[in-house]
Amino acid sequence: MARQMISTIIGKSVKKVAKLRGGGSALPGLVIEKIDPKFIQRTLADLPQGVVIISGTNGKTTTTKIVVELLESVGLKVFTNRTGSNFSRGVAAALLDEVNIRGKLDADIAVLELDEAWAVKFVQIVRPRFSLLLNVMRDQLDRFGEIDNTAALLQKIAEATSDTVVLNRDDPRIFKISEHIQAKKVFFGTTSELLQLMPTDDTLKYGTAVANQSVAADVLLKKINAQQATFQIDNKEIDVDLQLTGVYNLLNAAAAVALARQIAGPEITDTILSALESIKPAFGRGETIYLNGTPIELILVKNPSGFRLALLSFAKNNSATMIAVNDNYADGRDVSWFWDVDFSLLKNVAMISGVRAYDMALRLQYDDIPIGKIDTNISKTLEDFINTNPDEPKQIFCSYTAMTAIRRLLSEKTDVEEIS
Amino acid sequence: MKITIAQLYPRDMNLYGDWGNTLVLKKRLERRGFEVEIIDHNPGDSTDFSKIDIFVGGGGQDSGQTIIQNDLLARADELRQLAKDGVPMLMICGMYQLFGRFFRTLKGEEIVGANILPIETIAGDERMIGNIVIRSQEFGDIVGYENHSGQTFLDKTAKPLGQVIKGAGNNMTDANEGVRYNNIIATYLHGPILPKNPQIADFLIGEALERRGVSADSGLERIDDTLANKAKEIALKLSR
Repeated sequence: MARQMISTIIGKSVKKVAKLRGGGSALPGLVIEKIDPKFIQRTLADLPQGVVIISGTNGKTTTTKIVVELLESVGLKVFTNRTGSNFSRGVAAALLDEVNIRGKLDADIAVLELDEAWAVKFVQIVRPRFSLLLNVMRDQLDRFGEIDNTAALLQKIAEATSDTVVLNRDDPRIFKISEHIQAKKVFFGTTSELLQLMPTDDTLKYGTAVANQSVAADVLLKKINAQQATFQIDNKEIDVDLQLTGVYNLLNAAAAVALARQIAGPEITDTILSALESIKPAFGRGETIYLNGTPIELILVKNPSGFRLALLSFAKNNSATMIAVNDNYADGRDVSWFWDVDFSLLKNVAMISGVRAYDMALRLQYDDIPIGKIDTNISKTLEDFINTNPDEPKQIFCSYTAMTAIRRLLSEKTDVEEIS
Repeated sequence: MKITIAQLYPRDMNLYGDWGNTLVLKKRLERRGFEVEIIDHNPGDSTDFSKIDIFVGGGGQDSGQTIIQNDLLARADELRQLAKDGVPMLMICGMYQLFGRFFRTLKGEEIVGANILPIETIAGDERMIGNIVIRSQEFGDIVGYENHSGQTFLDKTAKPLGQVIKGAGNNMTDANEGVRYNNIIATYLHGPILPKNPQIADFLIGEALERRGVSADSGLERIDDTLANKAKEIALKLSR
């Protein structure tokens, strides 16, 4: 226990200093990793309900947020890494905030969003009781290499899970993983009709996705009507009004409900569905920030399928549109994937910004989309964007570091929820 | 006049925005008043290659390369003859490798290629990955992104597309990048390559038109490439 306490005190101090200097969440986690590599393992070992891992290419942050709030609605005390800093050191940094001075975590269960590659390392030190695998899409090939490699990483998470793995029956690569695991398998899914609204890499060019109906879904997303979703659970159809936006987030909600039912038991279904109604989108994932009463929607886009999904859900809105794309490590260095997105759904784009603004502008030009201004400087462009027609609703499609920059800039002008 | 572009194996070999190359060719032809037909050739399709004006091929995963290999070998003689006849072709990454003699895996197995290009590729255990700039006498500076572990070596008599200014290129040994052979441009550069390097698109278009009896001597009608030039200017300065 002494070791735990020493690491905690050092970690908390580093965190305090880092915060004073305006640093992010990485440094304290890094220090803990160096001085006490077993810190995470020891801290999470005592949780009565164990550890839950959520992974997949798209939707991790939103789904994790939903799962956490569903479990809290049935009275569980949940530890999570809500910064979206989904590497091990992000978990360590989040733990430092939550543990008491003796290094003890006051929680029933940990629900962690983990990046595919880091999750594989994580499960070697902490064996999850539950895991949820959302989807495998082409994403950051500069980091993961091939999409089949990504699927192999997710399979390792499933293999390490002791109790139950919740899987997307309608993602062929995820479904294939289910053939290789010993733990209990539970599926979520949707209909062929709704899958048309959620194109994947495989359906990008050819054919249409067909729901894997031969496999029963514990929670099935059956219908969508504006902000209402109909789920089929235990052969009953249940309508739920939602604050979440984007059709793909409704499938994420189905995944979250399926997982919560496994953790807390099917008898809590009514309670969690009513809790689901008030859950808001995660930061930057369809999050709405109000500036002088005008809504500005932030939509994170980081890979072709995610961008296509976002355009299907948001392009038809009568909002002024800005796109901001950087090419830092967290954004993906390689921007080739812009060309795998069909932008013809956009009527026009008022502003394009970020390091790769001209790559994006060039892409839009080849889809004949009218463009307003192009400027690599995000703060200047954002200023222009919000000052032009200030009363008009706005939406910004942004890569990861562009999104965090825009949130920071907006927080100087209006209320933006702080994500520590 | 109608110009026909064939995409070779777009279902299995389209990993890096390869559609962008086809789109650039299509739009630049249309802006000059030509009609464009795009034909997708996937394994088993009985595409009539003799009617094709420009061939385009992209990069794929290992599994994609395995899927298309038999079809490619079955059609290799036709493609080789068309290449000799001067049909313009753009082959990127995986299709660049497969247009060569063979790809030797780490275990020493040789995957037979279409034997159209005078090159050989040997698997490496290190990925060559990042922004790349090459210099060509014919096309000037060319910018792109590379992501491959195969190391490609040109025959002594073969001509590279360019010399590496920044990045790795064909292999870790020499400074060559890509290969120029008849009217084939084969390279590891994606990004995709044509949007930011429109001079290469116009070369392919010019050769295709000339074969159809449209003289490109007076030069193709100019297209406003301001955005492409600006994007390229930024790409030239990107860190690896």
